[in-house]
Amino acid sequence: MATQLLFGLVGIILFLLGVWSFLAHRPLLRKLIALNVMGAGVFHVLVAVAYRGLEKTPDPIPHALVLTGIVVAVSATALALTLGQRLEHEDD
Amino acid sequence: MIDWLALTVALPLLGSVLAAAIPARSPGIGMATGLLTTTAALSVGVLIAHAGELRSDLGGWGVPLGIALQADGLSGALLVMANLVALGISAYALGYFASGLRRHFWPLWLLLWSALNALFLAADVFNIYVTLELLGIAAAALGALTGGQAAIAANLRYLLVGLLGSMTYLLGVAILYTGLGTLDLRLAAESLTPGPLAWTAGALMLGGLLLKAALFPLHFWLPPAHAQAPAPVSAALSALVVKAAFYLVLRLWIDLFASVVGPGPGILLGALGAGGVIWGSWRAFRSERLKLLAAYSTVAQVGYLFLFFPLLAAAALPKQQELLGALLLLALTHGFAKAGLFLSAGLLQKHAGHDRIAELGPAIRSLPAVAFAMGLAGVALVGLPPSGAFIAKWILLTESFAMDRWWWALVVLVGTLMASAYVFRLLANAFGPAAHQDAVELGGDVQTEKIGRMIQAPALLMALVAVVLLGLGAEPLWGLLGSSSP
Repeated sequence: MATQLLFGLVGIILFLLGVWSFLAHRPLLRKLIALNVMGAGVFHVLVAVAYRGLEKTPDPIPHALVLTGIVVAVSATALALTLGQRLEHEDD
Repeated sequence: MIDWLALTVALPLLGSVLAAAIPARSPGIGMATGLLTTTAALSVGVLIAHAGELRSDLGGWGVPLGIALQADGLSGALLVMANLVALGISAYALGYFASGLRRHFWPLWLLLWSALNALFLAADVFNIYVTLELLGIAAAALGALTGGQAAIAANLRYLLVGLLGSMTYLLGVAILYTGLGTLDLRLAAESLTPGPLAWTAGALMLGGLLLKAALFPLHFWLPPAHAQAPAPVSAALSALVVKAAFYLVLRLWIDLFASVVGPGPGILLGALGAGGVIWGSWRAFRSERLKLLAAYSTVAQVGYLFLFFPLLAAAALPKQQELLGALLLLALTHGFAKAGLFLSAGLLQKHAGHDRIAELGPAIRSLPAVAFAMGLAGVALVGLPPSGAFIAKWILLTESFAMDRWWWALVVLVGTLMASAYVFRLLANAFGPAAHQDAVELGGDVQTEKIGRMIQAPALLMALVAVVLLGLGAEPLWGLLGSSSP
């Protein structure tokens, strides 16, 4: 139970740190890392939700959500990086 | 039996893959896919009109593991509108894009279409997240299609803001699941009770979506992104993508949160909507570029949609249905009208080589059909009779007086006045100085392009639907909603 709570709280702290960093920093790379930290926070919360006790198997649904979420985050990050690269190249 | 719900999502997705695989044939593939998808969406509409609701568990997997699609009167009407507008935009895009951009446009466009349909039909809160991200990614890529600096910068910002919104939404989903143990919209609606959990989940989910729906003051990303995109994409972004995010706010609000959070948040949404109406209309009035005007007018129109929220929260059931019908009618009208306006703007920009409103006179006068389409779209945006927006605003006005909340009516009146100011400022160009001056202006080194008849038709048709069809034939909408009420 304590581990679950720890995971959940850490997740929410990570999310908040990510939001702060996203809003406070201008460079694209920092914003993208901030978004991914936010994502990691949400995934922590979901993993914590899946926990049902040591004896039982964890709830598979939040795990499926985390997997889908990671795929989405990777593709979105890739697109943002590509757009950012275009901007930088045309600056030269 | 044919699963029309699944087809509306699967067809454009398949078309997108095909168009990416065979770029030389992408316009043909795109148009064929568009026609088939629209047929499927219309079938969904017809089925809903008869049966009230549709639901399909994909692959035979039920709740909680499977993915389900469902449609009721509200989502069905928006689905049909979105597909008709998307079909019009496709026909326009056939003539709009030069061959270089064409091969990139169609795969992304069909992907956006598929995401849009999946979003309207999503039956659980996590699916909504996935479709939102798909939509956001496809929309940002389409917006940056021309590859110009400003377009890329604006759409990169749009993408990042969208990601911030959907991450916030996802945290809300995680919290909702912690409390309820289900992601299904209906099951969640049955078990959600007032309390800190509902508040937190609601604030996060709705907050994230409001960012995507561009509710004032979270609209800052919209004008540059919509104004910089190529015209067919701007039309899709303004008429459909923003509307999709708004639909989700409305869906979660009436299905999940309205009954558990009390009247406060509804009033807050209405107040922000009022801010959007005033600020968006003012900026539209002050815009020097036509596409920026259209984009700010979207901010204002989204504001109108949120004006309904405090009344919806306070109304009893029969009145609630009437208001909901008016809200739906306004959203549909705006979808068609804004698409018509952006498509006309694109033609003027092509013809004149720029979109500075003050110098558009000659272009407007040489394209009477486009001018007519813009006039009609303007009528619908202002809310003059017989457009659908007139009926919707009329109901909003009478209900806000009847419910002793006249201040919302005041916002509608001021907003309407400001909307007529920016629309007439634009249309005044059609009655400019004499023709010889035009010749001088056109004789310069401005790059002009001839505009065919075929490409003018979609813009005109959509504006006509907004004014005539939705104005005179709006009645069945309430029946559609009535069949979905409990």
